[in-house]
Amino acid sequence: MQLTLGPILYYWPRQQVLDFYAAAADWPVATIYLGEVVCARRHELKTADWLALGQELAQQGKQVVFSSQAVLESGSDLSSLRRLAAAGGWLEANDLGAIRVARQSEIPYVAGTHLNIYNGSTLDWHAQAGAVRWLPPLEASQSMVAQILAERTNTLETELFAHGHLPLAFSARCFTARHYDLNKDACEFKCLEHPIGLALHTREGQAFLRLNGIQTQSAACHALIADIPQLQGIDYLRISPQPGYTAEIIAAYSAQINTQPHTIDWQQIHPEGIVNGYWHGQAGIRPTAQLETI
Amino acid sequence: MPATALPELVCPAGSLPALKAAVDHGADAVYLGFKNATNARNFAGLNFTDAQIKTGIDYAKQRGKSVLIAINTYAQAGRVAEWHRAIDAAADAGADAVILADLGLLDYATRVHPTLHRHLSVQGSATNFEAVNLAHDYFGIRRAVLPRVLTLPQVEYVIKNTPVEIEVFGFGSLCVMAEGRCILSSYATGESPNTHGVCSPASHVQWIPQGDTMSTRLNGILIDHFAADEPAGYPTLCKGRFEVNDATYYALEEPTSLNALAVLPELLRIGVRAIKVEGRQRSPAYTAEVTKTLRAALDAAADPRYSVKPAWQQALNKVSEGHQQTLGAYSRPWR
Repeated sequence: MQLTLGPILYYWPRQQVLDFYAAAADWPVATIYLGEVVCARRHELKTADWLALGQELAQQGKQVVFSSQAVLESGSDLSSLRRLAAAGGWLEANDLGAIRVARQSEIPYVAGTHLNIYNGSTLDWHAQAGAVRWLPPLEASQSMVAQILAERTNTLETELFAHGHLPLAFSARCFTARHYDLNKDACEFKCLEHPIGLALHTREGQAFLRLNGIQTQSAACHALIADIPQLQGIDYLRISPQPGYTAEIIAAYSAQINTQPHTIDWQQIHPEGIVNGYWHGQAGIRPTAQLETI
Repeated sequence: MPATALPELVCPAGSLPALKAAVDHGADAVYLGFKNATNARNFAGLNFTDAQIKTGIDYAKQRGKSVLIAINTYAQAGRVAEWHRAIDAAADAGADAVILADLGLLDYATRVHPTLHRHLSVQGSATNFEAVNLAHDYFGIRRAVLPRVLTLPQVEYVIKNTPVEIEVFGFGSLCVMAEGRCILSSYATGESPNTHGVCSPASHVQWIPQGDTMSTRLNGILIDHFAADEPAGYPTLCKGRFEVNDATYYALEEPTSLNALAVLPELLRIGVRAIKVEGRQRSPAYTAEVTKTLRAALDAAADPRYSVKPAWQQALNKVSEGHQQTLGAYSRPWR
């Protein structure tokens, strides 16, 4: 079982992104997913920048995969994606349109978590369409994934979204712009001011969600670190980038995989809590007793 | 413009009486689902048995109308046969089309029932022409239902770049998220549209009166709190009031319904082939009222003098969520 680094889900200044990946080159992750997956208006790095960054990281021994936006709308969304596909590597498809672009570019694709693969025959369809790796839905439980793996007749690699704030929903509406009474088309790039999104609480103060542009995330951090000893048939665990502590999180997961000791203060890193309910067949917001073992 | 160029009016039926109401009040097609988790309105007391579907199809066909069967949840591992049975039953019953989202099910329907028309459900999240065309390449879909996230120019751009008929929503409860790409419901409750065919399920709802006020909770999570003079609405997760920084507001969306009457001429002009009404969970009276109103509006929409009649607006207002309506993503400022 190896670790991967998911695409950055937030909007960070250009230099912060470049510094992040300069550090990531030394982290124990086999694959690094690059690209803007949330909002086409985020342009601190342009398509050419992502391509150049991909080349650099590949030269440093990382497998680089470009990730598609989860909601592809405009003609320019599609043409940017075609340029990433033309680089010839793998493409992470988070939308059916991205699969078609991969087919046209004759490159393999990673079937992303937003493609909604809930059974073995659907996974088999992706295998014949050119997928080489897949991610189960974020809401999948351990028993669902086991059942999918039992049903399938293909040999795709399996990767789990293992650690990060869950990207639960996508809209055409920008909730960050809405918070500031701005139109999406004139959003003043407010997401730059919120490197982990905007916290949303219930009216009695429960941390519930995070507004990240058109994406809505879980306030709590989904974490499968405590479940690693029980994982079967999983090839990769994805760590979703955070503005701080990503290196520490990866070190902890790496140690856990290798049954080495690790000490990390989860409360400090994720003050809104860590949860793993989805993996145990419960509401995603629920932490289970398994988390007390770490 | 000749009458044949009008888009089909596709209306919801959660029961046989609703189907009859839709047919009697001017729907061109009615969509419905089986009584199980294979469709995205899997609510107690709703939907059709195999026998009811046959009766409904007979009723519609005798009057020259079509019936579309929504099998638009994702087949769950270990239970895929239930979804296959639903597709087989739809074919046996003589449905005019099945509305599917799961690529594995589209593949099954294509192989096993090649003559049964296939529509890509809104739950399939196809927001661009490449997505629609992928489903056309592999599954020969006749029609795709677009998620309620695109502006009118974006809808037009899809239409211009695909041979597939495009269906869009014209009226009903507004889903603020890209359909099929939202699991807020299971994050809070463990059950989502994709897995259980439900959103913010009633089984997890609590109405808690405190004096004159009312709190609504979903699996214990406070979704909204209503003052004595506020009508308490159903706690659909994305339509509650929450706190962001120091503001308490409808952070995602107000309780509101989509109403596209004002842009019907535009929808005709750009070549939309079908207009869908949301609301299989609503009553036969709702289906009758909305069908009648949209029929009248559609029949008038090709006239250059078209304008939204106050009577139509009033009729739809009565059945709107929170008695509010919006153009949703069709209008850029909404976004």
